[in-house]
Amino acid sequence: MTMLDIRNLHAKIEGREILRGISLQVPAGSVHAIMGPNGSGKSTLAQVLAGREAYDVSGEVIYDGKDLLSMSPEDRAVAGVFLAFQYPIEIPGVGNLYFLRTALNAVRKQRGLEQLDAMDFLALAKERMKLVEMDPSFMSRSVNEGFSGGEKKRNEIFQMAILEPKLAILDETDSGLDIDALRIVASGVNALRSKDRAILLITHYQRLLDYIVPDRVHVLASGRIVSSGDKDLALELEKHGYAGIEQQATARSGATQGAAI
Amino acid sequence: MNAAASAFQGLARLEPRTNGRHPGWLAELRRSAFQWVSERGFPTVKDEAWKYTRVGPLLEIPFAPAEPASTHRLSSKALDQLAGDLGGTRLVVVNGYFVAQLSSLDKLPTSVRVRSLASALAEDAEVLRPFLSRSFRDHPDGFTALSAALAEDGVLVQIPAHATLAEPIHIVFVSDTGAAPIVSHPRCLVLAGPSCTATIVESYVGILGDVYLNNAVTDVVLDESAVVEHYKLQNETSTACCIARLDVRQGRGSRFSSHVVALGGSLGRHEVHVTLEAPGAEVTLNGLYMPRNEQHLENPTTIEHAAPHCTSRQLYKGVIAGAGRGVFDGRIIVRPGAIKTDASQTNKNLLLSEAAEVDTRPRLEIFADDVKCAHGATVGQLSDDAVFYLRSRGIPDRAARDLLTYAFANEVVGLLHLQSFRAHVQRLVGSRLGGVEAA
Repeated sequence: MTMLDIRNLHAKIEGREILRGISLQVPAGSVHAIMGPNGSGKSTLAQVLAGREAYDVSGEVIYDGKDLLSMSPEDRAVAGVFLAFQYPIEIPGVGNLYFLRTALNAVRKQRGLEQLDAMDFLALAKERMKLVEMDPSFMSRSVNEGFSGGEKKRNEIFQMAILEPKLAILDETDSGLDIDALRIVASGVNALRSKDRAILLITHYQRLLDYIVPDRVHVLASGRIVSSGDKDLALELEKHGYAGIEQQATARSGATQGAAI
Repeated sequence: MNAAASAFQGLARLEPRTNGRHPGWLAELRRSAFQWVSERGFPTVKDEAWKYTRVGPLLEIPFAPAEPASTHRLSSKALDQLAGDLGGTRLVVVNGYFVAQLSSLDKLPTSVRVRSLASALAEDAEVLRPFLSRSFRDHPDGFTALSAALAEDGVLVQIPAHATLAEPIHIVFVSDTGAAPIVSHPRCLVLAGPSCTATIVESYVGILGDVYLNNAVTDVVLDESAVVEHYKLQNETSTACCIARLDVRQGRGSRFSSHVVALGGSLGRHEVHVTLEAPGAEVTLNGLYMPRNEQHLENPTTIEHAAPHCTSRQLYKGVIAGAGRGVFDGRIIVRPGAIKTDASQTNKNLLLSEAAEVDTRPRLEIFADDVKCAHGATVGQLSDDAVFYLRSRGIPDRAARDLLTYAFANEVVGLLHLQSFRAHVQRLVGSRLGGVEAA
């Protein structure tokens, strides 16, 4: 079953077109990696899918049978969409525990489940925290405040483990991680792979894909998917670099355009 | 008609009552204060210290002086609801008059003297002489003059040397108006002896009725090495006007902290004036003001470094919603000779709507060398990134904004050391923000 079906997605900000016609299907149970150089539109794609309102968006996105683009960010979240942020936001004064319990209860309400009180939630949080080897003392701190880069990324995956989304979009979750942290975060993500869950893995580097092996790899350049393939495409990228792939893609699209003329 | 003349129709026609028990000096003070306000009237926006306050409309209201009531519709439970149960001693002042039957003084250590100002005046007025006139003499304006001329009662707290009070002294000022507008002038005086430690809480609350004016003056005098924490909650009714002054004088090595939370009233002004009179004194002033609708909440503060080696710290935060208006006017004066002064002042404001307005004015007047004075003021809105982050986790837009607003306010609320007071304030602030709990 297709969890996410993106059809000819365009996104503009301040008159600049960042996404220029993306089409992509991600079935439930699979992990798709989106790779691309800086400025290719990877993070924009993630933000648009999560519902960031700053963009002027056209095209169609069907998520789990629903028209995703017509939904508010919070409606997407309670329907099971989760974005692990590239740069998680620090929120001084809001406790991690309170924040996550509020979020989980919003999701549970949508799913027709009972609200969790502070005690029940704490038990769940302690269990899920082990997945990313997070120190329980983080729970009593403000959301991401004073966390190191690696701790913030772990906190994102921890949140994913709590909220149990159907579609998880991980935006450069590997950036800023040392090798140990990368291994921990990757094993957390792998533990969350399931037949009911689709994962969109956005990354600049092939390195992450050694730990989280994707079913498909797509290369994004200048707001378009220029190449798709299996996990070996990532290795090819590593060898030839983005420039090589982009040249091939440009040559191809140039040829098509030439034929049309 | 100018303001001074129109005042005669309203507030200044309230003549001071003569009371046979008043000593000569007090009768004279009341006469001269009354004469002052009769001649000079009330401040206008042309007065630097009142440039943001619109006193005019207040002077049009036909206030009648509050009378002591013989019976009260208040119960101890109602008071818990209105002002919180902070444990310890609770004194209740209704419409400016101390009410013994609503107060509980039994937990007070015997060395600490707490009584109504009226009875203190009857018993030993001489003690009060140097204190009662000071606010008016040092800072004469229409309101301090009215207070000096008309105040009948209030609370006197005397803490002896070396006494340590484990529990707070909670003074609840209730305005209980009938069908007509009333004005009251509650007066509170705290004398903290050498090396004592005490916590004083003032709660200003009202029972919904007609408009009222609360013209409150509190003095706190700290002797050498005294430590006093002072908390004030202003949660008056939505139509109330409250003009309040807190005058503090600090002796050598004393430590004073003031925390003010301003939530209620249509017009609320809480002025703090601290004089650091001797070396080594430390003061902390924290404040939170949350005007909404068309509320005007104003915080003029003055910290006067009159002696060397004194420290002052100040953090005031404003959350302004609707067509509310917040004012922070923070003055720091470093007198000649007050070397090694260490002063810092921060004011941060959050505007939640297009119509919300804030004025922030740091005023540093430094007349000494070798001092450290830092100040900063910000005015901002909620961060779109933060709102989106919360929404992306399933928290609805409104709730996300409420939660972030609560977090902003909580930086000040979190500084309230007195746990029972902090919990009460958290409930009040949370209930204003869609039921956010202490996060």
